[in-house]
Amino acid sequence: MGLIDLANPSRFLGFTDRILPWLIGVTGLLLAIGLYQVSLAPDDYQQGATVKIMFIHVPAAWLAMFGWSVMSLSALGTLVWRHPLADVAAKAAAPIGAAFTLLCLISGSLWGRPMWGTYWVWDARLTSVFVLFLMYLGVIALWRTIEEPTRAGRVVAILTLVGAINIPIIKYSVEFWNTLHQPASVMRLDGPTIHASILIPLLTMAIAFTLLFVTLHLAAMRNEILRRRVRMMQLMQAQAAPGH
Amino acid sequence: MDLGPHAAFIVLSYAAALIILVALVGWILFDHRALKRTLAGLEKQGVTRRSDGPSR
Repeated sequence: MGLIDLANPSRFLGFTDRILPWLIGVTGLLLAIGLYQVSLAPDDYQQGATVKIMFIHVPAAWLAMFGWSVMSLSALGTLVWRHPLADVAAKAAAPIGAAFTLLCLISGSLWGRPMWGTYWVWDARLTSVFVLFLMYLGVIALWRTIEEPTRAGRVVAILTLVGAINIPIIKYSVEFWNTLHQPASVMRLDGPTIHASILIPLLTMAIAFTLLFVTLHLAAMRNEILRRRVRMMQLMQAQAAPGH
Repeated sequence: MDLGPHAAFIVLSYAAALIILVALVGWILFDHRALKRTLAGLEKQGVTRRSDGPSR
Protein backbone atom coordinates (compact mmCIF):
# COMPACT_ATOMS: atom_id res chain seq x y z
CA MET A 1 0.00 0.00 0.00
CA GLY A 2 1.42 3.36 -1.05
CA LEU A 3 1.16 6.64 0.86
CA ILE A 4 -1.38 7.90 -1.68
CA ASP A 5 -3.72 5.05 -0.72
CA LEU A 6 -3.84 6.38 2.84
CA ALA A 7 -5.68 9.47 1.54
CA ASN A 8 -8.75 7.21 1.51
CA PRO A 9 -10.21 7.41 5.07
CA SER A 10 -11.37 3.75 5.03
CA ARG A 11 -7.90 2.55 4.05
CA PHE A 12 -6.37 4.86 6.65
CA LEU A 13 -8.61 3.30 9.33
CA GLY A 14 -7.43 -0.18 8.26
CA PHE A 15 -3.83 1.01 8.36
CA THR A 16 -4.17 2.46 11.89
CA ASP A 17 -5.89 -0.71 13.14
CA ARG A 18 -2.88 -2.73 11.93
CA ILE A 19 -0.06 -0.40 13.01
CA LEU A 20 -1.36 0.91 16.39
CA PRO A 21 -0.77 -2.30 18.42
CA TRP A 22 2.87 -2.36 17.21
CA LEU A 23 3.37 1.34 17.94
CA ILE A 24 1.89 0.95 21.44
CA GLY A 25 4.25 -1.98 22.14
CA VAL A 26 7.40 -0.20 20.89
CA THR A 27 6.46 3.05 22.69
CA GLY A 28 5.89 1.20 25.98
CA LEU A 29 9.19 -0.65 25.62
CA LEU A 30 11.17 2.52 24.84
CA LEU A 31 9.53 4.40 27.73
CA ALA A 32 10.50 1.57 30.09
CA ILE A 33 14.11 1.57 28.79
CA GLY A 34 14.23 5.38 29.00
CA LEU A 35 12.96 5.46 32.59
CA TYR A 36 15.46 2.73 33.56
CA GLN A 37 18.29 4.79 32.02
CA VAL A 38 16.99 7.88 33.86
CA SER A 39 17.14 5.98 37.16
CA LEU A 40 20.81 5.15 36.48
CA ALA A 41 21.81 8.61 35.17
CA PRO A 42 24.23 10.51 37.44
CA ASP A 43 23.39 13.81 39.13
CA ASP A 44 24.57 16.97 37.43
CA TYR A 45 27.64 18.59 39.03
CA GLN A 46 25.77 21.89 39.45
CA GLN A 47 22.05 21.00 39.51
CA GLY A 48 22.26 17.75 41.46
CA ALA A 49 19.31 15.37 41.07
CA THR A 50 17.00 18.08 39.68
CA VAL A 51 18.57 17.30 36.28
CA LYS A 52 16.11 14.35 36.24
CA ILE A 53 13.35 16.89 35.47
CA MET A 54 15.14 17.55 32.16
CA PHE A 55 14.29 14.03 30.93
CA ILE A 56 10.61 14.95 30.73
CA HIS A 57 10.86 18.73 30.31
CA VAL A 58 13.06 18.76 27.18
CA PRO A 59 11.16 16.03 25.23
CA ALA A 60 7.87 17.77 26.15
CA ALA A 61 9.27 21.10 24.88
CA TRP A 62 10.41 19.52 21.60
CA LEU A 63 7.00 17.90 21.09
CA ALA A 64 5.19 21.14 21.93
CA MET A 65 6.92 22.66 18.87
CA PHE A 66 6.65 19.43 16.85
CA GLY A 67 2.86 19.44 17.35
CA TRP A 68 2.49 22.91 15.85
CA SER A 69 4.87 21.94 13.01
CA VAL A 70 2.64 18.93 12.22
CA MET A 71 -0.37 21.26 12.25
CA SER A 72 1.42 23.72 9.94
CA LEU A 73 2.28 20.98 7.41
CA SER A 74 -1.32 19.77 7.62
CA ALA A 75 -2.50 23.36 7.07
CA LEU A 76 -0.49 23.43 3.83
CA GLY A 77 -2.11 20.09 2.93
CA THR A 78 -5.54 21.64 3.50
CA LEU A 79 -4.99 24.93 1.68
CA VAL A 80 -2.60 23.93 -1.14
CA TRP A 81 -3.18 20.26 -1.92
CA ARG A 82 -6.70 19.87 -0.41
CA HIS A 83 -5.66 16.50 0.96
CA PRO A 84 -8.74 14.77 2.47
CA LEU A 85 -6.94 13.82 5.67
CA ALA A 86 -4.96 17.07 6.17
CA ASP A 87 -7.51 18.85 8.37
CA VAL A 88 -8.18 15.57 10.20
CA ALA A 89 -4.44 15.43 11.05
CA ALA A 90 -4.42 19.10 12.10
CA LYS A 91 -7.46 18.77 14.36
CA ALA A 92 -6.13 15.57 15.97
CA ALA A 93 -2.71 17.12 16.71
CA ALA A 94 -4.02 20.20 18.58
CA PRO A 95 -5.01 18.66 21.96
CA ILE A 96 -1.91 16.43 21.96
CA GLY A 97 0.37 19.40 21.28
CA ALA A 98 -1.45 21.38 23.97
CA ALA A 99 -0.92 18.56 26.51
CA PHE A 100 2.83 18.40 25.81
CA THR A 101 3.07 22.22 26.01
CA LEU A 102 1.29 22.17 29.39
CA LEU A 103 3.69 19.45 30.59
CA CYS A 104 6.64 21.55 29.37
CA LEU A 105 5.37 24.62 31.27
CA ILE A 106 4.64 22.73 34.51
CA SER A 107 7.90 20.73 34.55
CA GLY A 108 9.90 23.84 33.60
CA SER A 109 8.27 25.80 36.40
CA LEU A 110 9.03 23.01 38.91
CA TRP A 111 12.65 22.91 37.65
CA GLY A 112 12.97 26.70 37.78
CA ARG A 113 12.01 27.09 41.45
CA PRO A 114 15.01 25.20 42.93
CA MET A 115 17.46 26.32 40.19
CA TRP A 116 16.48 29.96 39.53
CA GLY A 117 14.66 30.71 42.78
CA THR A 118 11.37 31.37 40.96
CA TYR A 119 8.58 29.34 39.34
CA TRP A 120 8.05 31.84 36.56
CA VAL A 121 9.65 34.81 34.86
CA TRP A 122 8.35 36.65 31.80
CA ASP A 123 11.49 36.11 29.72
CA ALA A 124 11.37 35.50 25.96
CA ARG A 125 11.57 31.67 26.09
CA LEU A 126 8.96 31.13 28.81
CA THR A 127 6.61 33.76 27.40
CA SER A 128 6.80 32.42 23.81
CA VAL A 129 6.03 28.87 25.04
CA PHE A 130 3.11 30.22 27.08
CA VAL A 131 1.87 31.99 23.94
CA LEU A 132 2.15 28.65 22.09
CA PHE A 133 -0.08 27.05 24.76
CA LEU A 134 -2.67 29.83 24.35
CA MET A 135 -2.53 29.38 20.57
CA TYR A 136 -3.25 25.65 20.96
CA LEU A 137 -6.26 26.50 23.15
CA GLY A 138 -7.41 29.06 20.57
CA VAL A 139 -7.22 26.52 17.74
CA ILE A 140 -9.12 23.90 19.78
CA ALA A 141 -11.81 26.51 20.55
CA LEU A 142 -12.03 27.50 16.86
CA TRP A 143 -12.52 23.88 15.79
CA ARG A 144 -15.44 23.67 18.22
CA THR A 145 -16.93 26.99 17.12
CA ILE A 146 -17.39 26.16 13.42
CA GLU A 147 -19.63 23.12 12.95
CA GLU A 148 -18.85 22.24 9.32
CA PRO A 149 -15.46 20.43 9.44
CA THR A 150 -14.19 21.43 5.97
CA ARG A 151 -14.90 25.12 6.54
CA ALA A 152 -13.43 24.95 10.04
CA GLY A 153 -10.35 23.23 8.57
CA ARG A 154 -9.67 26.12 6.17
CA VAL A 155 -10.10 28.83 8.85
CA VAL A 156 -7.91 26.93 11.33
CA ALA A 157 -5.28 26.29 8.62
CA ILE A 158 -4.83 30.04 8.05
CA LEU A 159 -4.57 30.71 11.80
CA THR A 160 -2.11 27.81 12.17
CA LEU A 161 0.19 29.13 9.43
CA VAL A 162 0.15 32.62 10.96
CA GLY A 163 0.95 31.10 14.36
CA ALA A 164 3.86 29.10 12.92
CA ILE A 165 5.99 32.26 13.21
CA ASN A 166 6.12 31.52 16.96
CA ILE A 167 8.11 28.27 16.44
CA PRO A 168 11.41 29.92 15.32
CA ILE A 169 10.79 32.62 17.95
CA ILE A 170 10.68 29.91 20.66
CA LYS A 171 13.74 28.13 19.24
CA TYR A 172 15.93 31.24 18.92
CA SER A 173 14.51 33.26 21.85
CA VAL A 174 17.44 32.22 24.04
CA GLU A 175 19.88 33.59 21.44
CA PHE A 176 18.04 36.75 20.35
CA TRP A 177 17.25 37.99 23.86
CA ASN A 178 18.88 37.93 27.26
CA THR A 179 16.88 35.20 29.03
CA LEU A 180 16.98 33.45 32.39
CA HIS A 181 16.42 30.21 30.44
CA GLN A 182 19.67 28.57 29.39
CA PRO A 183 20.71 28.41 25.70
CA ALA A 184 20.37 25.19 23.66
CA SER A 185 22.63 22.38 24.83
CA VAL A 186 21.60 19.52 22.49
CA MET A 187 20.57 21.00 19.10
CA ARG A 188 23.76 23.02 18.46
CA LEU A 189 25.93 23.43 15.38
CA ASP A 190 29.03 22.47 17.41
CA GLY A 191 27.32 19.39 18.90
CA PRO A 192 25.70 18.69 22.28
CA THR A 193 27.38 20.05 25.41
CA ILE A 194 25.86 17.35 27.65
CA HIS A 195 27.87 14.33 28.84
CA ALA A 196 26.89 11.00 27.25
CA SER A 197 25.75 9.58 30.62
CA ILE A 198 22.93 12.18 30.62
CA LEU A 199 22.54 12.69 26.86
CA ILE A 200 21.74 9.02 26.07
CA PRO A 201 18.79 8.75 28.52
CA LEU A 202 17.57 12.15 27.28
CA LEU A 203 17.58 10.99 23.65
CA THR A 204 15.90 7.68 24.58
CA MET A 205 13.15 9.58 26.39
CA ALA A 206 12.84 12.00 23.46
CA ILE A 207 12.37 9.12 20.98
CA ALA A 208 9.88 7.42 23.36
CA PHE A 209 7.87 10.67 23.75
CA THR A 210 7.93 11.20 19.98
CA LEU A 211 6.61 7.67 19.39
CA LEU A 212 3.94 8.35 22.04
CA PHE A 213 2.96 11.52 20.14
CA VAL A 214 2.76 9.60 16.83
CA THR A 215 0.72 6.79 18.43
CA LEU A 216 -1.73 9.21 20.06
CA HIS A 217 -1.94 11.28 16.89
CA LEU A 218 -2.86 8.27 14.74
CA ALA A 219 -5.43 7.16 17.35
CA ALA A 220 -6.90 10.69 17.51
CA MET A 221 -7.03 10.86 13.68
CA ARG A 222 -8.93 7.57 13.67
CA ASN A 223 -11.40 9.07 16.17
CA GLU A 224 -11.84 12.20 14.04
CA ILE A 225 -12.64 10.12 10.94
CA LEU A 226 -15.23 8.16 12.95
CA ARG A 227 -16.67 11.44 14.34
CA ARG A 228 -17.17 12.74 10.79
CA ARG A 229 -18.86 9.48 9.80
CA VAL A 230 -21.21 9.78 12.78
CA ARG A 231 -21.98 13.39 11.85
CA MET A 232 -22.66 12.45 8.21
CA MET A 233 -24.92 9.54 9.20
CA GLN A 234 -26.86 11.69 11.69
CA LEU A 235 -27.39 14.32 8.97
CA MET A 236 -28.64 11.64 6.56
CA GLN A 237 -30.92 10.26 9.26
CA ALA A 238 -32.34 13.72 9.92
CA GLN A 239 -32.91 14.36 6.19
CA ALA A 240 -34.65 11.01 5.78
CA ALA A 241 -36.94 11.64 8.75
CA PRO A 242 -40.68 12.09 7.88
CA GLY A 243 -41.72 15.73 7.48
CA HIS A 244 -38.23 16.92 6.58
CA MET B 1 17.72 6.49 44.60
CA ASP B 2 18.60 9.65 46.55
CA LEU B 3 16.85 12.65 44.98
CA GLY B 4 18.51 15.18 47.27
CA PRO B 5 17.03 18.29 48.88
CA HIS B 6 14.76 19.09 45.91
CA ALA B 7 13.10 15.66 45.73
CA ALA B 8 9.58 17.14 45.96
CA PHE B 9 10.09 19.13 42.73
CA ILE B 10 11.36 16.06 40.87
CA VAL B 11 8.52 13.82 42.12
CA LEU B 12 5.91 16.49 41.30
CA SER B 13 7.30 16.85 37.75
CA TYR B 14 7.03 13.11 37.09
CA ALA B 15 3.57 13.03 38.72
CA ALA B 16 2.45 15.87 36.42
CA ALA B 17 3.77 13.95 33.40
CA LEU B 18 1.90 10.82 34.51
CA ILE B 19 -1.38 12.67 35.14
CA ILE B 20 -1.29 14.65 31.86
CA LEU B 21 -0.31 11.67 29.68
CA VAL B 22 -2.77 9.25 31.35
CA ALA B 23 -5.55 11.85 30.94
CA LEU B 24 -4.65 12.25 27.24
CA VAL B 25 -4.57 8.49 26.59
CA GLY B 26 -7.79 7.99 28.60
CA TRP B 27 -9.62 10.76 26.69
CA ILE B 28 -8.62 9.26 23.30
CA LEU B 29 -9.65 5.75 24.39
CA PHE B 30 -13.02 6.84 25.84
CA ASP B 31 -13.69 9.00 22.78
CA HIS B 32 -13.00 6.00 20.51
CA ARG B 33 -15.34 3.73 22.47
CA ALA B 34 -18.11 6.36 22.53
CA LEU B 35 -17.82 6.94 18.76
CA LYS B 36 -17.88 3.19 18.00
CA ARG B 37 -20.97 2.83 20.20
CA THR B 38 -22.75 5.71 18.42
CA LEU B 39 -21.81 4.30 15.00
CA ALA B 40 -23.09 0.86 15.96
CA GLY B 41 -26.35 2.45 17.19
CA LEU B 42 -26.85 4.31 13.90
CA GLU B 43 -26.13 1.18 11.84
CA LYS B 44 -28.60 -0.75 13.99
CA GLN B 45 -31.24 1.83 13.06
CA GLY B 46 -30.50 1.13 9.38
CA VAL B 47 -28.57 4.34 8.68
CA THR B 48 -25.72 3.71 6.25
CA ARG B 49 -23.16 5.94 4.58
CA ARG B 50 -23.65 6.72 0.87
CA SER B 51 -20.56 4.61 0.04
CA ASP B 52 -22.13 1.64 1.89
CA GLY B 53 -25.42 1.73 0.01
CA PRO B 54 -28.85 3.43 0.17
CA SER B 55 -29.90 4.98 3.47
CA ARG B 56 -33.26 4.73 5.11
